[in-house]
Amino acid sequence: MILIRPVEAPDLSAISALDARLTGTAKPDYWREMMAPDRHFLIAESAKGELAGFIAGEVRAWEFGQPPAGWVFAIQIDPKLRLKGVGSQLFEGLVARFKAEGVTRVRTLVDRKDHLILSFFRAQGMVAGPSLQLDKDLA
Amino acid sequence: MRLQTATRLGLYAILELARDPERTLSSAELAQRYGVSNHHLAKVLRTLAAAGLVRGGRGASGGYRFTGNRRRITLMDIVALFEPAPGSRIKEPGEETEIGAALQRVLMEVDDIAEATLRSISLETMLKRPT
Repeated sequence: MILIRPVEAPDLSAISALDARLTGTAKPDYWREMMAPDRHFLIAESAKGELAGFIAGEVRAWEFGQPPAGWVFAIQIDPKLRLKGVGSQLFEGLVARFKAEGVTRVRTLVDRKDHLILSFFRAQGMVAGPSLQLDKDLA
Repeated sequence: MRLQTATRLGLYAILELARDPERTLSSAELAQRYGVSNHHLAKVLRTLAAAGLVRGGRGASGGYRFTGNRRRITLMDIVALFEPAPGSRIKEPGEETEIGAALQRVLMEVDDIAEATLRSISLETMLKRPT
């Protein structure tokens, strides 16, 4: 049984720890900032009250010239609890909040080598959007 | 993006069979359903069987059924069975020149995006939301 609920300040250490375990980089300041009230940050909590995963996003208008859309900034699921629908529940929870704000599109940015997360978003019905990300090495 | 005929037939066959893993379909039935050459499709099905994705029955009435994992197999897994591996491509004339190399970098960027797209779509996703 998984409970989806809005993030609370005491969740920060568990969020930062899960992210650090999965990405190899601790960034508590980033997650603290992500918990700002104008953002949507949802937590998936196991029956034992442990962090199972989280998702964060925000509605942004005219970002890169695009009409208002809900942006998914981050999603992380505890590897022990993957393939059990936790990610889908979080995604659906965030989408419901975006819809409540009146937007009709959800958008994200994914590393094209990260097949796991790409497959996840595809399975949620997401397809290639109208933008193409461009980079330049400045080193 | 242009796929070789065998790749397209492989995708048709695997998706049709994966739609109902309990069902057995012959090469002729699949060929008729998609309006393609039975001879060509039979060869493609043998490749899919050799890869362990389908199992073929013996005898004239023997058909094929899906034996893979719909959630794990992606479109790229099928494409890779029939299309040349990225590193095995033969160099085209002119690729060594400055302009040829620049053009090659652009084409590789396109291939990279195509591969990421194909690798991100499982058979399960494809069958859930046929587009």
